[in-house]
Amino acid sequence: MRYLDYAATTPVLDEVVEAMLPYLRGTFGNPSSVYGVGRDAKKGLEEARERMAAAAGAVPSEIVFTAGGTEADNLALKGGAFRARSMRRNGNHIITTAVEHHAVLHSAEWLEKQGFRVTFLPVDAEGVVDLDALASALGPETVLVSIMLANNEVGTLQPLEQALRITREGSRALFHTDAVQALGKVVLNLEELGVDMASFAAHKVGGPKGSGALYVRRKTALEPVLHGGGQERDLRSGTPNVAGIVGMAVAAEIAAGEVPEEAARLSQLRDRLQEGILAAIGGVKVNGAGAARVPGTVNVCIDGVEGESLLLMLDARGIAASSGSACTSGSLEPSHVLMAMGVRPELAHGSLRLSLGRATTAEDVDAVLEVLPPVVERLRSIAPSLSRKATPAPAAVARR
Amino acid sequence: MSRKAVVAMSGGVDSSVAAALMKDAGWDVTGIMLKLWSGPAANNESGCCSLDAAEDARRVAQVLDIPFYVFNFAEEFARTVVDDFVGAYAQGRTPNPCVTCNRAIKFSALAGRARAVGAEALATGHYARVDGVAGHRRLLRARDGAKDQSYVLYMLDQAELSWTHFPVGEYSKPEIRDIAASLGLRTAHKPESQEICFVPGGKLHPFLEQAVPEGSRPGPVLTADGSRIGTHRGFAHYTVGQRRGLGVGVGLPLYVREVRPADNAVVVAPAEEQRITELDLSGVSFVGADSPEVLRAAVMTRYRGPEATGRLERRAASWLFSFDEPQPPAAPGQAAVFYRGEEVLGGGTIDRVR
Repeated sequence: MRYLDYAATTPVLDEVVEAMLPYLRGTFGNPSSVYGVGRDAKKGLEEARERMAAAAGAVPSEIVFTAGGTEADNLALKGGAFRARSMRRNGNHIITTAVEHHAVLHSAEWLEKQGFRVTFLPVDAEGVVDLDALASALGPETVLVSIMLANNEVGTLQPLEQALRITREGSRALFHTDAVQALGKVVLNLEELGVDMASFAAHKVGGPKGSGALYVRRKTALEPVLHGGGQERDLRSGTPNVAGIVGMAVAAEIAAGEVPEEAARLSQLRDRLQEGILAAIGGVKVNGAGAARVPGTVNVCIDGVEGESLLLMLDARGIAASSGSACTSGSLEPSHVLMAMGVRPELAHGSLRLSLGRATTAEDVDAVLEVLPPVVERLRSIAPSLSRKATPAPAAVARR
Repeated sequence: MSRKAVVAMSGGVDSSVAAALMKDAGWDVTGIMLKLWSGPAANNESGCCSLDAAEDARRVAQVLDIPFYVFNFAEEFARTVVDDFVGAYAQGRTPNPCVTCNRAIKFSALAGRARAVGAEALATGHYARVDGVAGHRRLLRARDGAKDQSYVLYMLDQAELSWTHFPVGEYSKPEIRDIAASLGLRTAHKPESQEICFVPGGKLHPFLEQAVPEGSRPGPVLTADGSRIGTHRGFAHYTVGQRRGLGVGVGLPLYVREVRPADNAVVVAPAEEQRITELDLSGVSFVGADSPEVLRAAVMTRYRGPEATGRLERRAASWLFSFDEPQPPAAPGQAAVFYRGEEVLGGGTIDRVR
């Protein structure tokens, strides 16, 4: 199998598995327990917090471990919004973008139902957020701004520094960024960047699924979403998933350490893939090509081909890729990201996302370039325009 | 490498077993679920496009160890099947959406995509059979007469039958359930769904009130001589031959004889005045390669209805079917399907009855 869906998930690194195993076998203790095996678990947990903080340019007390990126996004949005509501003098306006991951988008929509006012900022044709729209949306009522760092479908990087500056000038709002797709792809220094919150997921960088973190800058007050035993500074109750957290820290450390060389290598492979596709197939539009992108993601719309058949044929030929994002390829709605970028719905149905990662080689890229053009050609030649009976015959039909 | 077959999987027991039987027959099977509808009915537990149905079909595919995909036909489905359904009711007709779906979606849009991805066979969970050799295929009723679905497949032609398989048509429903159970398929004991998949909760009247408002205004119930004997709830809510729900009580039981959208009237008559002798048909097609000008056949005018014999004859712009004996009324919009014994000869849409 040629795996080209690293933006969906990644294989767990051997080093990560090795680091996790002791906490699944011997060191099973509850990190809140006072005796030896509990203390050992707690030690693993806090070492992991230090390593995760170092990987993200934060200090350990700013890392809240969660059960994944979605939970981190939910905690940031709901925790931030409800904290603002509990401080009566604050407003109830939230700003985010039209191209966020559903974990942010649907949290924001839910908050709308809870009485918050939400502005969804538009993006340009490359998927870059409209900063003028941000400036004019901000006001004294704005309590939270959430803008992703890197888009999961097309890879576009958002101008966070400018967005943050505009936000600080125009409001007292908390600033959150979904950095799930940026970890291991760009150099991250949250302290320097200056955001209040940032979400991470382990499984995008060679860690296990079900493990994530929310960076919460010191002195940033949130309401918890999960209530219970008060773990993670009362922001995320529940016995910590020690093995998963240790795995996340190791994965994040490795990914962050490899960024400069790996980013350069993936950019080269990505360009080779993109240029190869453009050279071999006509009627292809590369989404987000005109903006700064994370290395390794190519999202294309292929005219006259719908994504479902394309994925089926690539799958049958041993190539794992996705249409839109993996989360929505089961739902078959045209991608909200591409729609926000102004891509026509019928073209958005035919989108293909190829995302490269740590184990991707030039041979993988060449295999795609060998398989994809004839598959597209076949689908175009026999396409669903075959539906010769698309409308029932209105009157008597003489046989052909 | 064995040849590739696409099996349309709905999440029900019949298409589950169809996939199993195709695999057993040596095909390289790919399961495809058709997402046809994303309206409110899609969230029904029983709806055939529900999340539960998709998960059932996916789980069956996992157990059978075949690849499984969901293909979105919602746009085509809305544009053909649903529009046709609503349009027919607005004209006072009673459509059969399964016929439209088979014609426009399953054996057309899906078939096109299946061919495009390299399939050499298409199978569904319909209860029907195909025999004969290429160019001389016959479409036959299912072995299990009580489950026969050949009525909704009459539009298939030689080209389509050359690669279409109905594996469950050789078995009875209990046998199909037994096969599913023996393979450990979770759909083995799933109840049948008879509802129209895009009508929320199977409640037709609320759906029509929304979709056909002009046919949902009260109007007169008339007798054949034009005298008004009651008020109906909207012409779109009546089907020719229907007895109940007329809201009129005269001594004799009355049946709907005609639905007249033009003056928003429903005409009723007692049973003995209901008999019809002729059908005007359009969209007539034949399973065989040849299109006869005249044909003696048995006809079925509704799904799982009785057969009646008569003679089909081609007219200038339509077809006329004359019954040998007067028959209970048939509803315009339904399919008239011609049979000779077990064999489906063809069919068409009923435009008018006399």
